[in-house]
Amino acid sequence: MIETPQGNLQINGLSKSFGGFRAVNNVDLEIRKGEFLTLLGPSGSGKTTLLMMIAGFLDISAGDITLDGASIADLPAEKRNFGMVFQGYALFPHMSVRDNIGYALSVRKRPTSEIKARVDGMLELVQLQDFADRKPGQLSGGQQQRVALARALCFSPPVLLLDEPLGALDKKLRVEVQEQLKDIHKRIGTTFIYVTHDQEEALSMSDRVVIMRDGAIEQVGSPYELYEHPTTKFAASFLGKSNFLQRPDGLYALRPEKIDICGVDSAGVGPIRLTGNISSVTYFGSMQRVIVNVVDGDPIEVDVDSWRNKQPLTEGMKVNLSWQKGAAVKLSRD
Amino acid sequence: MSTLRNKLKPGWLLVLPFLALVVLFYLGPILNILMLSVTDPAPGLANYAKLGESDALARIMWTTVRICIVTTFFSVLLGYSIAYGMVHSSTQKQSLMLTLLLVSFWISILVRTFSWLMLLGNRGLINNTLLGLGIVSQPIEFMRNELGVLIGMIHYMIPYAVLPLLVNMQSLDMRVMNASRNLGASGTQTFWRIYLPLTRPGIVASSLLIFILSLGFYVTPAILGGGKVLMIAEYISVQLLVTLKWGTAAMLAALMLFGVLALLWLMSKFMKLSTVFGGSTQ
Repeated sequence: MIETPQGNLQINGLSKSFGGFRAVNNVDLEIRKGEFLTLLGPSGSGKTTLLMMIAGFLDISAGDITLDGASIADLPAEKRNFGMVFQGYALFPHMSVRDNIGYALSVRKRPTSEIKARVDGMLELVQLQDFADRKPGQLSGGQQQRVALARALCFSPPVLLLDEPLGALDKKLRVEVQEQLKDIHKRIGTTFIYVTHDQEEALSMSDRVVIMRDGAIEQVGSPYELYEHPTTKFAASFLGKSNFLQRPDGLYALRPEKIDICGVDSAGVGPIRLTGNISSVTYFGSMQRVIVNVVDGDPIEVDVDSWRNKQPLTEGMKVNLSWQKGAAVKLSRD
Repeated sequence: MSTLRNKLKPGWLLVLPFLALVVLFYLGPILNILMLSVTDPAPGLANYAKLGESDALARIMWTTVRICIVTTFFSVLLGYSIAYGMVHSSTQKQSLMLTLLLVSFWISILVRTFSWLMLLGNRGLINNTLLGLGIVSQPIEFMRNELGVLIGMIHYMIPYAVLPLLVNMQSLDMRVMNASRNLGASGTQTFWRIYLPLTRPGIVASSLLIFILSLGFYVTPAILGGGKVLMIAEYISVQLLVTLKWGTAAMLAALMLFGVLALLWLMSKFMKLSTVFGGSTQ
């Protein structure tokens, strides 16, 4: 069988310049064996460039990438043995699903019997047993996505790179495929490096998330850490929603769902910290989004669980806002 | 009448004059030729029977087909590498190369054939140079043989080979080649297993185009072949102008027409012709 290295990827001082423009700027990152790591950022933040350098499709301007201690910076893409699911899948249109999935083994000149057994296993993993002889053009978007995944995993790569693999799917299907991806990751234990600009995907799937901005890493951490303890204004607003409070000792981030609305006289979850008037109420079923104009500072956004809503909230109402100690997180910078 | 008017979309009225023109001046003469081939000099299939009787005719047809196949092969081979080079150059270089290609399109076939005459003749540039340098003692026979005809025809056909291939290659999704390399295939493997199959519609389109165009080649074989390499088109012209056997000429013309149609029909058995002419990969 193909040897399976540890899959511990180390990125040191990695940069990529296009002319004078630095798409990736001095990135340090350790990717642990078997983890699901997401590179999250708006378009132009350098996340895809970083992925393409890891895959070997882009030359490195400065820095190094090592796999289990050995530098792979000078290895061509075909020697790196990283699986990759491309944006738009990039399936081979003239080959059947079976030949697509078996391609990596076939170019490695594996015996036919081994390829067949392995492909059958992959078809089962992605539940496409009945589609083995179809061409990619005869499959739905979701099925194509699964073929791309099976093709990338067929040669047991230590690391799987995924470049916005769900971008082409509709929202409902996307949630379903997220579950499947997570499940497959759990079962095979390969290191996943996942690029997306969708914060919900990043939160729900990853072990760790890397938030990128302007070619550099903004913050790295588990989804919980990033959501509960953002260190910058950018991180707080890109991952989830946040209110920002300017206080004498600095800027604070406060998530909308951590604020309690109460009438002027009733008590909240904590001491009353702000008073204001409701300027708008938007009903979303399970929750309502309320905007409160306060005397001092920007309007505050509050998410109220519908079931806890003791009194109907209407525009113009005067309300008190309270939150628990520690709900507002101090930010180190913008 | 009103139902007819309902069925005829107004767009048809626009093309109607041209349609009439085509029927009158294109289909008409073709039918006339087909008629001639079975009526001149006497009604019957005598003209077609000559195919089996005359050795000369069989030899000419074989020469024609052989030259067409060799021309097609080398034109597409060279055209493929040119198109490949163009697709993988910077936009600037690509438009320069396209301009050069089109310039050679615009130069008359006569001019190009006579240029070859000057280059390839016994006292031509190439032979004079080789003789002067002492590399050869006798001038190489480039002309008045099949080699000369092939050089001239391939040179003329290369731009025709490049264009369908270029369209085909430009429509390819290069991420697919990246995917192949990512899966461990070398550049050579990627070319043979992915790139070449995906450019098959372009290869078929340019082969078909060149083979059909070569079948009717007249000027180049006449000049560079120096009367020694007789292809169908030249033979037809001799029958028309010299021996005045219009029936034989019409029969050969009809044969060429049916040959082309049969070729198209054969291709359509293997792939949708629309994809060939559209140059798309789907």
